[in-house]
Amino acid sequence: MQTTNSSRETILGAIRNSLPKDKVEHPRIPHFQRSGERLKTEFERHLQEAGGVAHDVATVAEAEARLMTLHPGAKVICSAVPEIAGTRRAEDRDPHEFADVDVGIVRALFGVAESGAVWLTQEDLVVDALAFLSQHLIVLLDPEQIVSDMHEAYRRVRLDETAFGCFMMGPSATADVEATLVHGAQGARSLNLFFLPPAQMPVVPASTKTSRPEPGA
Amino acid sequence: MSNAKQVDPAKAAELFIIHDQIHEPMHDRFLWGTMQRRDAEAAAIPEWEELREIASKIKEHTLTHLDHYLEEFEANATKRGAHVHWALDAAEHNEIVHSILKDHGVKEMIKSKSMLQEECHMTPFLENRGIKVIESDLGERIQQLDGQPPSHIVFPAIHKTRKDVAQLFARTVGTDPNNDDPHLLTEVIRNNARPRFLATGAGMTGGNFAIAETGTFMVCTNEGNADIGASVPPLHIASIGIEKLIPRVEDMGVFLRLLARSAEGSPLTQYSSHFSGPRKGGELHIVLVDNGRSRRLGMADFWHSLKCIRCGACMNTCPVYRRSGGLSYGATYSGPIGVILDPTFDEFKYSELPFHSTLCGSCSDVCPVKIDISDQILKWRRVMAERGYLPLVKRMSFAVAGHVLGHPEEYHAMEKVAAPAMDYAPHFLLYNRSLNPWGRSRELPQIAKQTFRDWYLANRSEHADDEQ
Repeated sequence: MQTTNSSRETILGAIRNSLPKDKVEHPRIPHFQRSGERLKTEFERHLQEAGGVAHDVATVAEAEARLMTLHPGAKVICSAVPEIAGTRRAEDRDPHEFADVDVGIVRALFGVAESGAVWLTQEDLVVDALAFLSQHLIVLLDPEQIVSDMHEAYRRVRLDETAFGCFMMGPSATADVEATLVHGAQGARSLNLFFLPPAQMPVVPASTKTSRPEPGA
Repeated sequence: MSNAKQVDPAKAAELFIIHDQIHEPMHDRFLWGTMQRRDAEAAAIPEWEELREIASKIKEHTLTHLDHYLEEFEANATKRGAHVHWALDAAEHNEIVHSILKDHGVKEMIKSKSMLQEECHMTPFLENRGIKVIESDLGERIQQLDGQPPSHIVFPAIHKTRKDVAQLFARTVGTDPNNDDPHLLTEVIRNNARPRFLATGAGMTGGNFAIAETGTFMVCTNEGNADIGASVPPLHIASIGIEKLIPRVEDMGVFLRLLARSAEGSPLTQYSSHFSGPRKGGELHIVLVDNGRSRRLGMADFWHSLKCIRCGACMNTCPVYRRSGGLSYGATYSGPIGVILDPTFDEFKYSELPFHSTLCGSCSDVCPVKIDISDQILKWRRVMAERGYLPLVKRMSFAVAGHVLGHPEEYHAMEKVAAPAMDYAPHFLLYNRSLNPWGRSRELPQIAKQTFRDWYLANRSEHADDEQ
């Protein structure tokens, strides 16, 4: 567009004319000493403060049992993780098709101890909307994958490799009416986190997946 | 410089204060509670002050190289598939948004809270052209239904009681006026917004930060409303002020540790979302907006205000803001940060704002990016005085005060006369509505019988001599 192109030049020109004379250097960000609290303990404490609940589950079967206890009435359980089937697989579909999801199940790449937040990307969610349209969320996290703070977290995120990534800290919340905290404002009403390492599934080449039964399956 | 009417914050604040005995004390209490949570969070981070210093330096570095980082951001965002537009002012921003919506045949759009879009008065512009705009943030939606702008940049409806909201919803959405449970009121908006999210052709957001290194922009919300708007409709439009740039991904660690702690006393917002390109199957437009920012960058005394990350901590700590309410500033940006931003949009209209402050300095102390807010307020007072914007009473009393304060012997003489005089001064004189508007809702403290100077001369001056 002609108009925006000329505005671009006008704005950049005005900035160059206005730039403060004394240039400021980019400061070095030091490595900050951490508290020494066990990462998992600190993560759980902050997750709870954010309205989320952490569960230790030993096996996939235990995770599925816990899921049913937490959401006994759920009709549509949409899973984006290989371990748990749910009632529907998250597939690359129109986001509107996720509007009826009662429980979404996703796996986070890592968690952050200082806030209890987990990092979710478009690849983890299959479709972004799964994380926001689902009425409730179950997040799987390997307890070994917890970093201490946001500095360490940003060393792990790859914004150049995904179109969407979100630090999610518990369920949706608001305090807009008389500063009263309410969960489930727009997004998920609850967030339950299961500590569960990824299943040790044998690696099978994609091309042979359908033609050969998986060992031990 | 403008035809707009001069805003009178003292008069507007009076309406808020004398309205009843409920709103102003509640407002004061909630915001002070938020400030106490902020203080606890800040105290729990040993490197807090170091983080503030680093954040301030990163912002100063970015602003002194802003042309470079904007070009880098544009190149990377374009490479990732976003359409980047540049808007010189509010009018062009609104035109660009309108033309994108028109091209896509969008008749109703749902948006998350964006102070920049408020600044551009975008909603009335679009609605005049037949496009319905729905706010999805609960607080902002409350304000929209009430036909009011947000009164706080983080808590738009913090000046309202739950009863106010219940009655508003009864009037506008048709709910029970007597049920004022915040859980129910939140549920009402959730159920009201959700079908609109699913039906709309476009979701709009602002941007808290824009990262030059990767062409990513970030949106922080607690409700997740920005995320639904970005992940469900086929079209996502984001408005971003050019001052929101930061150079590198690594810098985000510093800012995210400061933002929500300063804003509301929590480690992060519930959702901190990073958009690097359109969602799968979607289209993304980014509008980079100047609207006076490049001019402000050239103002030696005031360019540091561009470091603002819109946390609202200065409002929560400000004794004037907490008592007077955000709407009394009559501007998009209220509180101490508004006092220094608003005059850059319209000097005459906002010429009274710099006097709506006690200059206590608390705003500068809590600012996570170390903006010298109270110093800038003082500098704006000078600008307003030099430009002759002050009303006659203020000009005269400042002239007298200036003379007296500049002549110590007269000051001490005045002290001796004034203190006893206070005991006898008739109430109507001290609290005269036009001579002293500050007296309307205030009582003066009791004045000590002896001045500090007299006490010092009597008790300490000899010792001081001994020590020499």
